[in-house]
Amino acid sequence: MTREAAIGSRDAEPSVTPVTVSRWSRTASAFTGLCLVAVVVLAVVPYTIGGPAEQPLITLFTFIAMASQWNLLAGFSGLTSFGQNAFIGVGAYALYLVAWHGINPFGGIVLAAGVAAVVALPVSALVLRLSGGYFAVATLVVAATFQIIATLSPAVGGTTGVSVPGLAGYSDVLREALIYWSTLVVALVSVAGVYLLVRRTFGLDARAVGSDPVAAASSGVRVGRIRLLAYLVAAGGAGAVGALIALQTLYVEPTTVFNIQYSVDMLFMVLIGGMGTIEGPIIGALVLFALQETLSSYGAWYLVIVGGLAIVTTLAASRGLWGLASERFGWSLLPVGYRVRQKE
Amino acid sequence: MNWVNSVIQGMLLGGQYALIACGLSLTFGVMRIVNLAHGDLAVCGAYLGLVLSSAFGVPVWVTLPLLLPVAFAAGLALQVLLFGRALRHGVLAPVLVTFGLSIMIENLLQVAATSDPRGLNGGALALASFHIGSSITVSWLFLTAFLTACGVLSALQLTLSFTSWGRQVRATSDDLDTARLVGVRVRPVFATVAGIAVATAALAGVFIGTIGTFDPLTGTNVLIFAFEAVVIGGIGSLWGTLVGGMALGVTQVVVGEVNQAYAVLAVNLLFLAVLTVRPGGLFTSHQAVRELQGEGAPG
Amino acid sequence: MTDAQPGPPLLEITDLDVFYGDFQALFGVSVSVTQGGATALVGANGAGKTTLLRTIAGAQAAASGSVRYDGSDITAAPPHRRISRGIALVPEGRKLFPSLTVEENIQVGAAAAASDAWPLDRIYGAFPMIATRRKQRASTLSGGEQQAVAIARALAAAPALLLLDEISLGLAPLVVGELYETLAGLRSTGATLMIVEQDLRRAMDACDSLVCLLEGRVALAAPVTSVSRDEVVAAYFGEGRS
Repeated sequence: MTREAAIGSRDAEPSVTPVTVSRWSRTASAFTGLCLVAVVVLAVVPYTIGGPAEQPLITLFTFIAMASQWNLLAGFSGLTSFGQNAFIGVGAYALYLVAWHGINPFGGIVLAAGVAAVVALPVSALVLRLSGGYFAVATLVVAATFQIIATLSPAVGGTTGVSVPGLAGYSDVLREALIYWSTLVVALVSVAGVYLLVRRTFGLDARAVGSDPVAAASSGVRVGRIRLLAYLVAAGGAGAVGALIALQTLYVEPTTVFNIQYSVDMLFMVLIGGMGTIEGPIIGALVLFALQETLSSYGAWYLVIVGGLAIVTTLAASRGLWGLASERFGWSLLPVGYRVRQKE
Repeated sequence: MNWVNSVIQGMLLGGQYALIACGLSLTFGVMRIVNLAHGDLAVCGAYLGLVLSSAFGVPVWVTLPLLLPVAFAAGLALQVLLFGRALRHGVLAPVLVTFGLSIMIENLLQVAATSDPRGLNGGALALASFHIGSSITVSWLFLTAFLTACGVLSALQLTLSFTSWGRQVRATSDDLDTARLVGVRVRPVFATVAGIAVATAALAGVFIGTIGTFDPLTGTNVLIFAFEAVVIGGIGSLWGTLVGGMALGVTQVVVGEVNQAYAVLAVNLLFLAVLTVRPGGLFTSHQAVRELQGEGAPG
Repeated sequence: MTDAQPGPPLLEITDLDVFYGDFQALFGVSVSVTQGGATALVGANGAGKTTLLRTIAGAQAAASGSVRYDGSDITAAPPHRRISRGIALVPEGRKLFPSLTVEENIQVGAAAAASDAWPLDRIYGAFPMIATRRKQRASTLSGGEQQAVAIARALAAAPALLLLDEISLGLAPLVVGELYETLAGLRSTGATLMIVEQDLRRAMDACDSLVCLLEGRVALAAPVTSVSRDEVVAAYFGEGRS
């Protein structure tokens, strides 16, 4: 029995093609350069165009921040949370409390983010036991609970809400500009933060967890820790957004800051733009912004369209606009993977 | 305060919650879909009841023989057009699609019916009550809702246990792949389950609309209560949803007697407490708990 | 690919390619099974045996190639259609419905059956070991009893072609022997069998024809009487390949 001559005995040596492995590409380098220029241009808007451009851009930056954060949760880690508005509300109220204690409201944004992340910790212990649809509804319950708690707390104004103190010293122009820059920074940190997280092992682990937790766990991925990290980071981000909203409107009231509309917006932007890509949420934010501007006069119809588009995108174009474009044209502006090219 | 009366009211209220919850439980048990539009579909039932009973000038009960089949057909349509497709697009797709559906329904209702709160014409039944002893008052409407819920749950349980269709449904929820392999026609099973889920939701919506008021956004709260009843009672157990519903109802009414503003909060906290201590609920199967937790979440 | 038995092929598989996503599991597999015959399907783990059986049963789609049964092309037919035509699979790992009783498991198997050739009485007669447990939950039975229930469930579909995937896994030899006796009994009623079996001796004893798969391709297909065990082992391990 010549079984030693055995399994898969092949005579030829496998040939090795020399390749280079890189994380970047020329397009990506060019795009990053372009981005830096764009950021500088945006940063000086308060000095150049000023007032009329700031307001819409603030909205756009807030969208970009929210979309990137939700993408980290749902697009990369498989956590479809419809309760991020819970942490937006927490951030808003945290900012109020921070300002009420005399701390600089703009520095308070960071504190608000921290508070939101801290609050998210015990919440995560409960909701992260669930997954999929049950996780989603549990996040709804949490958001509803936070809202009720706020309405029952006279210390923060109950149902009526409170106005945010500490900004009387700023002129309107200055306040607007500071809010503009703060929002720009939060958006940049959100996008860059998610990008840097995802490029590292965390990103690969998170995507493994998102697509198949059992397989990921048996490959050694610390599933629980990945989900926890994603959840806390997203909560902190939402807290920062909430603080910004409080600064903008100067008033914090339960039905506004805990509004489920934020979750609807996040879902829409990420779906339309493309889940699980860095560029996607930015595209989605632009689309939502455009939709809002054009359709806002149609009231509820606008939301019907949003809901319908969400359904259609999930069923027909699950990789979103960016996914379609990058498949078609091979674009990758902010690469998170690796490129393998044959050496010439 | 009158504890006995409150507890009884709460238990009867629990029947309604069970009625709204059983459809959610079935849909998840058989198709592994959490239908985030379930509450909104119940509210649609209430609105449909409103339209029909106004059109014919009768109490809403009379419209049920028309309303329920329409709801069943709507469930079939939703399964074929949406849920079935969503299942083929991965694990997250049903969640995203049903949430999108929820947004659409709530806003279509807003457009069609404005956000004014509405009530349903319950006829004489809605106003009558009877007394037990000197301290207990039971409204006929609450009692009817409770008995209807028990009736529906019994009918469902009997059908699942003793009919060929019921066996196929249970086999499909145990193991979809093998069920299909041994010849179960899975598409009709899913479609009929979806039909039953929407029909029971619509029926529950009619009761909700008669007992209280409703508006386009009520659906989200209905979903939350249904979901909490399912989780407390235990995934995969129909009678568990009755126990879960009663736990919710009693908590809501008893706390509401003390301070109405805290009632809903107390219910949510109860749910979160059960989630902490016994995430599988009271009557659940191991398999169901594993699926609830995504079979790998603890890290 | 020769058949020593007379009669037209009941099952004819031609050039079958099957993929799991990007991974190709079967490469141009062609197999022929005659009416009343028993074919042993052997091969190492991952060779494609379960994939082949599942494709015949309709649980797996073929990318190309055809499956012809009893004269018609069933390549695109869904499982329930194939069951009504007379093909039933006892899946690998038994795959009983855990929350259903023994009797309910068997009854579900009859869901798509076209004939009543195997009513419950007859099934319990063939498997007396499970008759006493008919109202018990399937998950409470021993391995051998569960395997019997799995076969019984397939029988309830009154199949003309019965596919069995690794029925001896994890069972004591005595129990496996009983199961194979039952299979011999089935053959004598005219059923055609296709059996995936790791135990070569049993496979060659019970069957009259043998197909060996290696990494998704047919490495050997011949009547049992015309191959030696050594030849089968060689095909099994892929020796002598270039």
